[in-house]
Amino acid sequence: MSDKQLESPSRKPDPATWVDQHGDFLFRYAHSRLGNRTVAEDMVQETFLAALRAEKNFSGRSAERTWFVGILKHKMIDHLRRQKRERPASAVNSSSEMGEELFDKSGWWQVKPAKWPADPSEALEAKEFWEAFRHCLENLPQRLRTVFSLREMDELPTEEVCEALKVTPGNLGVLLYRARMGLRRCLEINWFNTKED
Amino acid sequence: MLSCKDVSRLVSESLDRKLPFMQRLQVRVHLLMCGFCSRFRKQMLFLKDAAQHYLMAFEETETATSTGLSPEARDRIKRSLKT
Repeated sequence: MSDKQLESPSRKPDPATWVDQHGDFLFRYAHSRLGNRTVAEDMVQETFLAALRAEKNFSGRSAERTWFVGILKHKMIDHLRRQKRERPASAVNSSSEMGEELFDKSGWWQVKPAKWPADPSEALEAKEFWEAFRHCLENLPQRLRTVFSLREMDELPTEEVCEALKVTPGNLGVLLYRARMGLRRCLEINWFNTKED
Repeated sequence: MLSCKDVSRLVSESLDRKLPFMQRLQVRVHLLMCGFCSRFRKQMLFLKDAAQHYLMAFEETETATSTGLSPEARDRIKRSLKT
């Protein structure tokens, strides 16, 4: 992405205050998504540097933090693309068999999906739910977390996720399935905490 | 006939692409008969919804006690912005 495309906030930004005001937030967001402190710190630095370069191209309407998060997301995607080139292979087979253990040999539920509350979306209001969600996300194997967050959090189309991570659509399907299965099961145990019936 | 495992895979796939007509039909029939898969599908949809709220929730539930940038990284970044 070229820095010229970045949309700047409406107020004149003050780089001197950026790190103190937004550094920790951006770091925590990147860390929860990437799972590596050093990389997350580098992403924050790259984000601020890109913002600094784009600062003169004022146009913007968004708040400063939204602007940074937008840049950070692009930086994380760029990072994941590079990472894949540096460390190829590790396709589908090396991931854990997440989800498989829930079924018996003939493919019927062995660990049945438990009953969740009638309206699980109420959970979205609870701080503790998000702590559980983050915990479950961080517990996914790195590759599954990456795939899930690009597809479901950044809402990238599948073709773009395939392109970014250099995987086939078939592999992506398997990775997303495992990520969703892992996250669902983890939330069931750690948040909904309900018994199967 | 599709097994629950097949259906769970297809439900996940259906979140990313439109399934071919016959598969869609088979899944639908299975879901009508299988309460667990039907429940599973709702949970998958909920997960998708939750993931889309992640950033917003992240911002709202932030606590000062969570780990932040290390002092070294903070200094390094500040220095890099000055040059």
